Amino acid sequence: MSPSDTPENTTAPGGGNSGEAPAEGPLIVFDQVVKRFGDLTVLDHLDFSVAHGERVTLIGPSGSGKTTILRLLMTLEKVTEGHIWIDGEPFSHMPRGNGLVPAGETYLRMKRKRIGMVFQQFNLFPNMSVRKNIMEAPVHVLGVSKDEAAQKAEELLDLVGLGDKIDAHPTQLSGGQQQRVAIARALAMSPEILLLDEVTSALDPELVTGVLDVLREVAENTDITMLCVTHEMGFARDVSHRVLMFDQGRIAEEGHPDQIFGDPRQERTKSFLKSVLENGH
Amino acid sequence: MEFLQAQLPRYLDGAWITIQLTLGGAILAFVLAMLFGIMGTARFWILRAITTVYVEVFRGIAALVVMFWFVFAIPDMSGYELDPMFAAILALGLNVGAYGAEVVRAALNAVPRAQVEATIALNLSWFQRMRLVVLPQAWAQMLPTFGNLIIELMKATAVVYLVGILDLTAVAREVRTGTGETIAAFGIAFVLYYLIAQVLIFGMRLLERRANARLGRTPPSGGGLMNLLRPPSVGTRVGVAK
Repeated sequence: MSPSDTPENTTAPGGGNSGEAPAEGPLIVFDQVVKRFGDLTVLDHLDFSVAHGERVTLIGPSGSGKTTILRLLMTLEKVTEGHIWIDGEPFSHMPRGNGLVPAGETYLRMKRKRIGMVFQQFNLFPNMSVRKNIMEAPVHVLGVSKDEAAQKAEELLDLVGLGDKIDAHPTQLSGGQQQRVAIARALAMSPEILLLDEVTSALDPELVTGVLDVLREVAENTDITMLCVTHEMGFARDVSHRVLMFDQGRIAEEGHPDQIFGDPRQERTKSFLKSVLENGH
Repeated sequence: MEFLQAQLPRYLDGAWITIQLTLGGAILAFVLAMLFGIMGTARFWILRAITTVYVEVFRGIAALVVMFWFVFAIPDMSGYELDPMFAAILALGLNVGAYGAEVVRAALNAVPRAQVEATIALNLSWFQRMRLVVLPQAWAQMLPTFGNLIIELMKATAVVYLVGILDLTAVAREVRTGTGETIAAFGIAFVLYYLIAQVLIFGMRLLERRANARLGRTPPSGGGLMNLLRPPSVGTRVGVAK
């Protein structure tokens, strides 16, 4: 996919549930999304969309709302106002009568099947071996047979370079290894959308490369749509089609990575990139 | 020595009753603790309210009063007689279960939020999350307190002689009255209670060690059986590679 495929900021489908989305419409649409925690507004009437197969990097100072976007998509948080749509269908909400109401758990379980997430702190299950960490969800959620799930777990561990650690316990692995297992675990669910939430921020510097290499490989060899919150600007430049610079719950600037990193237009973007570079990332 | 030889069978009968009461009460308490403890973490307020009522009622009433109620008051009201053993197990289980429910609730709430979020990201259902992730992790946290509760339960069985059950304490009292050997009569009961407690403690530590091993925690001084005679250090983590 070349950067020119990137859609323009599509107008999100408005309220109501009538009219079918065009087949090649955007995969993810944020429509006037507001997220508040108490008095704090984290996302302020945010509009943006992501195309099928597009890889988008979200950058910006902490507290600018980037992680909240991923958490809303993973249904770990609920929108305060506005709607999220996936493939033209309501996601944060569900149809009822002629309108939309906040999505219930059953609806969410059906919809979030397509989405996977890798967390900053890996969040592997300490009560299971590496093998079980990867197998359990495919077996119990997707109904895959144990043999098939075990075989897939082996393949994925080979992909992330940890084929020999299949029987290890998460606590026996380094942070970088744990994060690679977490990536394998997310991929085992065959997600169409993969959310990466500062996946290298908790790692010692020498372990970052291994994790990013795995993600580069995933980006190159699959058409998984990726939303990535990161401070690794080199990685963002290599794999993403588009970079969104967030500030105070809004998009301050967006564009092709070469433009954002090479020729940022907004003062806010310039000062942010400068501060990141000075911190040695 | 002759005294011991003559009386030991009676003591062993009494001890067996005490063990039955302890195990029966523990099984009931465990089931109630799990049930009400899990309900105490539910999203629906009505389930949490039921847990609160159960815990507050049975934690607040002496097990002996509940036992009297089952053995004397209920037959008066309904005409149904409850077997005293059954009534005693019911009363003890309800009482200790109330404490246990709080232990379970606290242990479930102590499982990191991040673990729950990982189960959501993998689209596990509530039931799958509980069974595969939350309960196994909370289990290691519950066990030390469960160990204390089962010892408390075992000691609490000593009141059942008041509803006419011939447990270890009742035997000791009878032997004392029958023989006048106060020191020996209670000395033997003392030793037997102690032995039962040691077996229970040993068993609980074995369970604890297994639970911790599953979470990748190993005791700092290796895993020899002799280590079970010492209290385990909770939450020790070694062998974390960098």
